Amino acid sequence: MSGKNCVAIASDKRFGVKYLTISMEFPKMFQATDKTFIGISGLATDVQTLMERFRFKINMYRMNEERDFEPITLANMVSSTLYERRFSPYFVEPIVAGLDKNNNPYINGMDLIGCSTTACDFAATGTPEDQLYGTCEALWEPNLEPEELFETISQTIMSATNRDCVSGWGAVVHVITPERVITRTLKTRMD
Amino acid sequence: MNSILNEFKSTSALCEEELHDSLYDWDTANGFALPTFEFPAVHNLNRFMKDITSASAPCQIEIQHGTTTLAFKFKSGVIVAADSRASQGNYVSTSSVKKIIEINPFLLGTMAGGAADCTFWQRELGRQCRLYELRNKERISVAAASKLLANMIYRYKGMGLSMGTMVTGWDKTGPKIFYVDSDGTRVDGELFSVGSGSPFAYGIIDNGFDFDLDVPSAIDLGKRAIYHATHRDGASGGTVNLYHVKPDGWARIGRWDVEDLHWEFQDQPKPSPINSSVIG
Repeated sequence: MSGKNCVAIASDKRFGVKYLTISMEFPKMFQATDKTFIGISGLATDVQTLMERFRFKINMYRMNEERDFEPITLANMVSSTLYERRFSPYFVEPIVAGLDKNNNPYINGMDLIGCSTTACDFAATGTPEDQLYGTCEALWEPNLEPEELFETISQTIMSATNRDCVSGWGAVVHVITPERVITRTLKTRMD
Repeated sequence: MNSILNEFKSTSALCEEELHDSLYDWDTANGFALPTFEFPAVHNLNRFMKDITSASAPCQIEIQHGTTTLAFKFKSGVIVAADSRASQGNYVSTSSVKKIIEINPFLLGTMAGGAADCTFWQRELGRQCRLYELRNKERISVAAASKLLANMIYRYKGMGLSMGTMVTGWDKTGPKIFYVDSDGTRVDGELFSVGSGSPFAYGIIDNGFDFDLDVPSAIDLGKRAIYHATHRDGASGGTVNLYHVKPDGWARIGRWDVEDLHWEFQDQPKPSPINSSVIG
């Protein structure tokens, strides 16, 4: 979700098989660069595999180029990594969110074979995608300040996951500002 | 001048007349009969109903599949408890369903499977039980009531009815629990849990059960069992509804939001939603 010179990315913490909840501390987002995060929803094994592959590629890029990925470059890397597996895809839907070198928000959502969509407002993936888009449309407005953006994204993810049987059990929110990243965990309903 | 008034007068007179007719037109054969339904004109009715009600059907017509309900006997009666989530696929359609149905002041039914099937047939069971009472001048036993239900739904076996229910109550023979489902099963027992969350509830009950439990402890056990099921089972959640069946009928003990129970059972005060702030 984008704000005024800031972006926020949030995910729930559940890992489960069908309706059985196995873990309530499953990380689905990781910090790619100082001002960019990748969030991946989907098949847990592929989420983990991809996180490791992206971490590898990000580190290689940093060593080769002696600079960090720009969010748009990172999204292209994620997209092409997914398209490499066009005919045996990873079952994931990643989101890239960050600030570019001019501190403009950048948000990108992708399908499982890398069809990327850049959004100027918000992007959502996962089982409660419909609910998330509904709450986003209702709550989001342009040019939110970091604290307002935190409130908006938190309310959005909590409302959406409470209407989904297989999401929730806690949530994590990162708000990325030019100066720092604010990370907060949300205590949500545990059913 | 009074044309408008007259119009109303005549209508009200008509209404009274109709009411009078309906009161004295009681058709005994029809009134005591079991409900009937219109069937679609298809070759294989069983196959047709099964197809349109199965989970893989393009347009599923049932709601509320995931559930946790439980009932157990102990020295002071029966504890009946259930969650309150209704889901359609992964979507939570409501979190405030009353899954424990009050059939009459002495009988309780629980609801798992198709919500409409459970409510309709247990309402019908309530009617049948009342008729029994009027005919025989005594209350129906739990065994007989559950058999009425089992026999009624057995006629529709294989046609897509979906219900897993427990009929509980206290009659001349003492506290009773009968498990009745849409396959035609009807069994008497001490302890049952029905629904997708039932393995979790069984785990808690089996662990903490003792027949000589006092009432507050039994209530707590039922509450905990449902809470733990809502915690681990995605298809259960919302609130815990709990009833206690006593010799003089059932009593509604209460309703607790599982969000509050979560922190109570963790022995922690309910925190603010925002947990921590880490500046990176």
